[in-house]
Amino acid sequence: MSANHSPQTASQRIAWITTIVASTLVFFFLMAPILAIVPLSFSSSTYLTYPLPGLSLRWYEDFLHSARWMNSLKNSVIIGVASAVLSMALGTLASLGLAQWKSRWKPVVLAVVLSPMVVPVVITAVGVYFFFAPLGLTGNYLGLILVHTALATPFVVITVSATLQGFDMTLMRAAASLGAPPLLTFRKVVLPLILPGLASGALFAFATSFDEVVTVLFLAGPEQRTLPREMFAGIRENISPTITAVAVVLTVVSVCLLSVIELLRRRNERLKGNAG
Amino acid sequence: MTAAFVAGADVPLKRRLKRAERTRQFRALGLVLPLLVFLLFTFVVPLAGMIWKSVDDWEVPQVLPQTVAALEQWNGRGLPEEGAFAALAADIRTAREAGTLAIAAKRLNYVVNGYRTTLLSTARKLKDQPAPGTARETLIGLNPAWGERESWAAIRSASGPVTSYYLLAAVDLTRDADGAIAAAPADQAIYREVFARTFTIGFGVTALCLLLGFPVAYLLANLPTGRSNLLMIFVLLPFWTSLLVRTCAWIVILQSEGIVNGSLQWLGIIDEPLRLIYNRFGVYMAMTHVLLPFMILPLYSVMRSISPAYMRAAASLGAPPATAFLRIYLPQTIPGIGAGCLLVFILAIGYYITPALVGGAADQMISSFIAFYTTETVNWGLASALGAVLLLSTLVLAVVYGKLALGRQTTGGLKN
Repeated sequence: MSANHSPQTASQRIAWITTIVASTLVFFFLMAPILAIVPLSFSSSTYLTYPLPGLSLRWYEDFLHSARWMNSLKNSVIIGVASAVLSMALGTLASLGLAQWKSRWKPVVLAVVLSPMVVPVVITAVGVYFFFAPLGLTGNYLGLILVHTALATPFVVITVSATLQGFDMTLMRAAASLGAPPLLTFRKVVLPLILPGLASGALFAFATSFDEVVTVLFLAGPEQRTLPREMFAGIRENISPTITAVAVVLTVVSVCLLSVIELLRRRNERLKGNAG
Repeated sequence: MTAAFVAGADVPLKRRLKRAERTRQFRALGLVLPLLVFLLFTFVVPLAGMIWKSVDDWEVPQVLPQTVAALEQWNGRGLPEEGAFAALAADIRTAREAGTLAIAAKRLNYVVNGYRTTLLSTARKLKDQPAPGTARETLIGLNPAWGERESWAAIRSASGPVTSYYLLAAVDLTRDADGAIAAAPADQAIYREVFARTFTIGFGVTALCLLLGFPVAYLLANLPTGRSNLLMIFVLLPFWTSLLVRTCAWIVILQSEGIVNGSLQWLGIIDEPLRLIYNRFGVYMAMTHVLLPFMILPLYSVMRSISPAYMRAAASLGAPPATAFLRIYLPQTIPGIGAGCLLVFILAIGYYITPALVGGAADQMISSFIAFYTTETVNWGLASALGAVLLLSTLVLAVVYGKLALGRQTTGGLKN
């Protein structure tokens, strides 16, 4: 399948070279923001320009010593972990059910379960704001955790369902025929096999919540401002070099999270390959 | 005998199997149920509530109940009977005491500009309930607007329980005093333009993503696996980076004392900084960057599955490379192009954060108006109506996308 690019004629070679040049430019465009912002975060100057007058870690120190940024980091972690745990529990149960459920209503249920991913977040945020405000669920953690769980669950369902596709359901029947009650079967047979899928689902959920700002704009009080929310405010006012340091920290966090997800996915693919 | 035995045992076994299967199905449904209940509470009901708010007309019936009842007998021609004036005077006095008059005033002000002043000033001047038979002259004396048919038509048009006012306003329409649908006054007729702008930006970003994404997907699909996995990092790394980080970086790059302007000035190419951000250019730049991976990934997965044998066959049958590409390769990428374009377009028209941060006032998309009417001016009816229109557009496109993606999966299944 690979390497059909052994160009025979001159025009084919030109076309292939054009593709390479165009792609290189696009790769540069894709990487430009990261390439631009990482060095600036180490600048000793308060101006966000090149060439850098000198290197320093002062903006990272600024971030670590700022009560405002630290509070927002704490909020992001609290909300992210809570919604990851909640969406993993709900999403895993649902994926297990959907894998066995046969009904003509299944596409409808699946559409409902995945719809938080499709509906523009601003609409979800407005609807939830109208609904939560009279219930006292705005301006506190609970409301934010509930919404972030709803937004993150589709990713958990997709990830765990993908893992379950490679899972042999007869194993459950085998365990049952040997007399294991359903819960024990789940704990001893199913769980160890789908654990990598669960882990990447949970990380996906955490990443979704950690990066989400629209619902936070509507639902959070001043006490629940998350990292992206503080960044939003910071970008609106005036981009200080501290924001570039925060941006780099956020980038490193998401790269770590998603590298782990990628490793887990490859492991799962490998296991599936061995099974098949 | 054996046959009879099997046939006899056959029925209960079948039934038992069926029952076991049914139990299994119920248990499966039971596992999905917690999530469905959760989403009902945190997602489905809130969205349904938003749609209801776009037609809900509760303010006037609640604040001016007697007037609404009295106007039921009014034929709409000329001024209403004395009873309606008396009812309005009574309602105004009650509402003023309860502090709810402003709610109705706000709602009626949407129908007739200046209604708030009319209602509130009347309430201020109205000391006592007018003597029987004098309500009409008293009210007209306090404010001549009560002698106009439009003021009463406004109350009747807002007397609920549901209204088409907000949904019509969301597409620049209104109802005149006779209840016929008409064009909205020019100063309020801005939403068609906003929707057009939203879709224009959506199309523009989709086209840019296709233009930039196609060669990259083609390259990645045709390189040996090891090298394409390596280059894939350049697509996935920005994809994984926080939206706010990327938006912030584009501002740093494009602002007037930013990297691009700084370099161009240093090189002596320009004297004055170019305006690259807080305008349409900045919106296209940042949104294309954010959404490009959503184009590359589906294109790549489709191109990866196109066998090179087709192109070789075309070449061996004498097709020049360009013809082979256009007539053999390109048609096979159409599912990927369709899926990528729809995905990018769906995501683009709902974007809020990026245009809010890198766009100017003339680049704000529909989401920003929804947010504005929700939190700033608290016109929840209009926010909901605009949201309902956006939601409908998105869902229609999502269904088309689902059909496309499902179709691809089915053919994929058949190939296996």
